[in-house]
Amino acid sequence: MSLKETVSNPYSKWLDASGPESDVIISSRVRIARNLVGYPFPHLLGYDNADKIIYAVQSAILSSTIQKAVGELELSRMTELSPTERQILVEKHLISPDMLEHPEKRAVVLSTNEVVGIMVNEEDHLRIQCLLPGLQLKECWELANSVDDGLEQILDFAFTEEMGYLTSCPTNVGTGLRASVMLHLPALVMTQQINSILTTLSKLGLTVRGLYGEGTQATGNLFQVSNQVTLGLTEDEIIDNLIMVAMQLVTQERAARRALYKEQKYQIEDRVWRAYGLLKYARTITSMDAMNLLSDLRLGVDLNIIPNIPRGLVMELIVMTRPAFLNKLKGEELNPAQRDIYRATLIREKLNSLSS
Amino acid sequence: MLCDRCQKRPAQVHFTQVINNTKKQMSLCTVCAAEMQAESMAAFPQLNLHDFLAGLINHHFTGNQLQTKAIPQVSCEKCGATEAQVAKSGLFGCSECYSQFGQRVKPLLKRIHGSSRHTGKVPRRTGGKAIITKEIRILKGQLQEAINQEEFEKAARLRDRIKELEQQLQ
Ligand SMILES: [Zn+2]
Ligand SMILES: [Zn+2]
Repeated sequence: MSLKETVSNPYSKWLDASGPESDVIISSRVRIARNLVGYPFPHLLGYDNADKIIYAVQSAILSSTIQKAVGELELSRMTELSPTERQILVEKHLISPDMLEHPEKRAVVLSTNEVVGIMVNEEDHLRIQCLLPGLQLKECWELANSVDDGLEQILDFAFTEEMGYLTSCPTNVGTGLRASVMLHLPALVMTQQINSILTTLSKLGLTVRGLYGEGTQATGNLFQVSNQVTLGLTEDEIIDNLIMVAMQLVTQERAARRALYKEQKYQIEDRVWRAYGLLKYARTITSMDAMNLLSDLRLGVDLNIIPNIPRGLVMELIVMTRPAFLNKLKGEELNPAQRDIYRATLIREKLNSLSS
Repeated sequence: MLCDRCQKRPAQVHFTQVINNTKKQMSLCTVCAAEMQAESMAAFPQLNLHDFLAGLINHHFTGNQLQTKAIPQVSCEKCGATEAQVAKSGLFGCSECYSQFGQRVKPLLKRIHGSSRHTGKVPRRTGGKAIITKEIRILKGQLQEAINQEEFEKAARLRDRIKELEQQLQ
């Protein structure tokens, strides 16, 4: 699939709900920051140098080490993509929102299955990332590591023995590694345990964010947990720590779901079926409402309250009903009210096609 | 293997903690792991915001705000970034800045990460000395392990290999 096709397809490999622990963990991601010796970091980078870096990366991704590990990679300059297509890459979590600024200096590399990507000239010259469904942090790290190995045969990365890989921001120095998991934690939110858990996590050197960064509130009960410390620990230690914490969250969320369903069977079933009903019949629906209702629906699927709905579909709907995606699917720029109507239509069609 | 903490239940999770630049590896049972998690609060500094980071860099670069003596401003010879710029943006200008800003960088990294020494991956082609240093560090760990297990023949072999590598470094 070419990068252009990738952009039009709402489905991403990471939405596939077949990964380990996928009743709670939506996806795992590993990102490593690398910089080339002899160039200013991106925020001080002129157009000529930005171009040189893009060319260097373009030739480096042809490395046989990389192709063997992850298959073919394709590079696109941000300017080759339309503004809507760029926004879609953000909504699919394949690039960060920062990539939308100064598109003339930036490029994105993606593998055909969207699992591996490289952001060129974001905060660092290269940010190699790998995204997989469920809890697969080790697998993500192995893939990112092999891409790094391949690139390193050709590119000179800024590295010192003492400080490790040097990055634009000192919070990434050392391994340059940021690992994260995206979790769906509706029961911990409903039972009001989430705040104390999140406080504990932040005190363990982990960062927790709500997904899609709409304020601090986690829309759709989706949370992203990632490591903060990148220096002084090995990559394996960082990954192992995060896996351990993720597994604790999985255990606690599952226990909370069981307890909730046991003690408040009718309330939970009512909530789930109401969400299903609204999603199936509503004629207009906001982005926020859609995410929260889809979260309830997903809980219903995971608790086997609603049979016959594939788990992955819920996440696909969340991505598909983001603003830029709706514009893309409709083929025109919609205003918010039009989007709410089109969003409701799409969700309705998807859910009704299942029941027939 | 039994849990390092209670010595009763089987160890199931490996937990690494960094406190004041020393790293502690522990193998724990799930019960102790959960307790340790709660206990190890405040072991890491919390830095979420870029602004807060910029403030921190500012503090490290310009010293105490109350100090009235003007401190000579250093700038990076390579990229031209001044300390003030770095402090304002929270970002260094180039990889050379890390050595150009000298003594002020290390305490900053320590503050952010609880450590200022890299122990992770080393690039194979350009890593040079670092690759050997890393191998020595790994072998030293194995040596300690061999001594603990009273495998003295193995320990002797490891010690010789470490000596050999140390000579290569000189
Ligand atoms: Zn124990
Ligand atoms: Zn510099």
